[in-house]
Amino acid sequence: MNQAGKALAEFVAEGTEILEALGKDLLVLDQQRGTDPDPELVNGIFRAAHSLKGLSALFGQERIAKLAHQSEDLLDRLRLGKLSLDDRVLDTLIESLDVFQALLVETSREESSDALSGRVTELGSRLANLGVVSAAVDEDPLERLELDAQVRAVFTEYEEHRLRENVRRGVALYRIRAAFDLSDFDTGLAELNSRLKPLGEVVSTLPSSEPGGASGIAFDLIFGAKVPDAELEAKLQGTPAQLFPLGVRPATPGAQVPAAPVSVAQSVAQVVRPSTPAEAPAAPRKARKKRAPKGSGAEPAGSTGKAPALRAVEPASPEKPTREEMAPRGESPLRSEMAGPPVRTLTDEPVASRGPRMENESARSLTQTVRVDISRLDALMNTVGELLLIKANLQRMVESARQQEGSVTLSHKMWGQELARETRQLERKLDALQQGLLEARMVPVGQVFDRLARLVRRIARDAGKEIDFVIGGGDVELDKLIVEELSDPLMHIIRNAIDHGAESPEVRQAAGKSRRARVSLRAEQKGNHVVIEVSDDGAGIDEVGVRDMALRKGLITEAQAREMSRRELLNLIFLPGFSTARSVSELSGRGVGLDVVKNNIGNLSGIIDVWSERGRGTAFHLTLPVTLAIIRALVVGVSGRTYAVPLNSVLEILSVKPSEIRTVERREVLDVRGTTLPLMRLARQFGHPERQNDRHFVVVAGLAQERLGIAVDELQGQQDIVVKSLGGRLQGVRGISGAADLANRRTVLVLDVGALLEEGMSLERRHA
Amino acid sequence: MGGRFERMKFKILIVEDSKASRELIAATVESISGLEAIATSSGFEALKLLPRHRFDLIITDINMPDINGLELINFVKKNPNYRDTPLFVVTTEGREKDRDRGLALGAAEYLIKPFSPRSLEGLVRRYLKLA
Repeated sequence: MNQAGKALAEFVAEGTEILEALGKDLLVLDQQRGTDPDPELVNGIFRAAHSLKGLSALFGQERIAKLAHQSEDLLDRLRLGKLSLDDRVLDTLIESLDVFQALLVETSREESSDALSGRVTELGSRLANLGVVSAAVDEDPLERLELDAQVRAVFTEYEEHRLRENVRRGVALYRIRAAFDLSDFDTGLAELNSRLKPLGEVVSTLPSSEPGGASGIAFDLIFGAKVPDAELEAKLQGTPAQLFPLGVRPATPGAQVPAAPVSVAQSVAQVVRPSTPAEAPAAPRKARKKRAPKGSGAEPAGSTGKAPALRAVEPASPEKPTREEMAPRGESPLRSEMAGPPVRTLTDEPVASRGPRMENESARSLTQTVRVDISRLDALMNTVGELLLIKANLQRMVESARQQEGSVTLSHKMWGQELARETRQLERKLDALQQGLLEARMVPVGQVFDRLARLVRRIARDAGKEIDFVIGGGDVELDKLIVEELSDPLMHIIRNAIDHGAESPEVRQAAGKSRRARVSLRAEQKGNHVVIEVSDDGAGIDEVGVRDMALRKGLITEAQAREMSRRELLNLIFLPGFSTARSVSELSGRGVGLDVVKNNIGNLSGIIDVWSERGRGTAFHLTLPVTLAIIRALVVGVSGRTYAVPLNSVLEILSVKPSEIRTVERREVLDVRGTTLPLMRLARQFGHPERQNDRHFVVVAGLAQERLGIAVDELQGQQDIVVKSLGGRLQGVRGISGAADLANRRTVLVLDVGALLEEGMSLERRHA
Repeated sequence: MGGRFERMKFKILIVEDSKASRELIAATVESISGLEAIATSSGFEALKLLPRHRFDLIITDINMPDINGLELINFVKKNPNYRDTPLFVVTTEGREKDRDRGLALGAAEYLIKPFSPRSLEGLVRRYLKLA
């Protein structure tokens, strides 16, 4: 790669990382709609935008830098409380994330389309003009806080704002003093912080200027507690922390600021309750504060912004107009300028301006980079060091063998033993090295889950469905390559779940279900495999409809249809040319069906399975190997040819006499411990001349619930192989997943067990 | 050591959590011969570095995740070992309040991001009394 290309790749990798963090935080913010946004979260998003600005300016990416700057400005106003986070602001922020992603895609391709540039300009001006709410504060609550002016002088504007908010809400404030050893104060502070986080907000961490002993350093933490004094004290037992309450003078003579700490159990609905005319007009702030101290009661606009958003994923819900009526006079002028219902801001945009996004919409990552935990690299370095030791031993042995010529000081036997020991060591270390490299390729599957979650939000919105998207097992690790290849198939299945699975809120309610449909995405490690489940609690798949459709399209015959179990009928949806969608909707359409999903999963040596119950929901299970890079394989011989079978799908090996093979309904089967196992003769499958054997070896292969016996002539042993994909003409050969080099420099084909299983199960018997 | 005369290098501490900005500042500082930049992304790390080196100049950002730049300035200026070390604050446009506080706490100069490497170089040379 040339210098410029390298710089570009570096920029894209870092930009992707920042956007991933940004997206993750925005998602949390989105899920918390209707509650007071977590100030730390907003601050984190601000910092991400800030970093993106710096990064793109450094690399001369002006479009991104400009938009990042505008987003940062907006976020700065948000975190300083100059603007309240309402639906409109949040939607615009999420939209910016989309545009950033599209920009990064173009950048990585060294393109710059006018459409996208236009969108950047348009979005930028919207960001700049988003409702500026000036909270007219009559007095600064900070004046009431008994805190040394010298301490206040070192607060940033943001910290000062957080402190002010805490005072305003009547939160009990403390100065927490803790001294540490200079060498490891950061771990001590981190420990203290993790204790404090659940109990309230650490507003600022100040290194004390007072000398803390010869090698010590003391810190003052300014802390807003949301738990009672006694609890805080109890939780700090055993830490070096000392607690000093900070006094707050009453706001106005006579009116007492609630001194009691805020109850965290306060219900959301109460907290965000908007002001009502019933409140005493003379002292609205105090009245509201007493009832709901957690809400930022001071600015009327602050509460109106949050109030309507209690369950605001659904853009066109009927309550919205009412909410608008509720909004009191303090509302920003922008909102009244908009025609139509206010909450549909995002979906009401002209379609043209959304164009560039839809084309590029994918949850795929732009970068080929894998972040590796330093401890994994350290382990690899150690192994390499040990390998060098072995090499030194071998060298020493070679030297002593040379010098021995003539004299017999070391017997051949001893020498052989020593060599054998070193070889064993070498083998062990090489195994460790291989294992280490495999681990370095592993990334948490959550990377792609998070990206999917962002798309889900938009799809649900566009489809007018109310969806709760639940993610689990994001920390399960898979090879980077597999994780990347998974994103498109998962996206497709999730789109289906939202588009076809989830019913509209009204239909759900009529069926006695909750209005919001639940779509969940979970990963779980099972031995050498990872199972990913996409499930919904929607309408389920109508297997009768599936059967009729398959019959109509000529995919199966009447006779076959009669014989099929429910499970087999459901699995028809994976056949090419099958689609239950009445019309090609924008959501699931795109001319790609589940057959493509199945192929993609098959290419990853995985298998896909569907379960569904009418009225209850649908679940897809994707069973995938943990890694593709190096696998252990069984080497088998058929008609003088050699094949490799991935060992992770081999369950057992049987030795079978020809007389034990039965034929049932023109299919060859074996009886294995009381169950019937379909048999496939590999020679026949691949059209090789069949040998007459008095004994067959049957490799019992299985993935998920499927089982198949594969008959071969001979077994040649096990070996680690690196599977390489086949190019050109061989790519489409069914039953072959790739090629691998064996130790003796022979190249063999690797069986695609998933495809063979399907072939074995398939109804159309090639050899009737 | 070995009898050969070596001019003492000036050591500059750079505290800035944005990687892009940190690298730019470090590169600019090290483009001046005889200067060594020690850069960190964290205020905590800076507190650890201070007693280990003798810094001739400190350049710090204000908004950082662990301790903020103002707190670092205050710490430096209150400590007899470091208080004479000149200190520059780096801030962003629109954060004049933070900048003013930095100056009030004893920062010598400020830079507003994005700044040109030339202007930084000029300031560094001036404070280290280099030609």
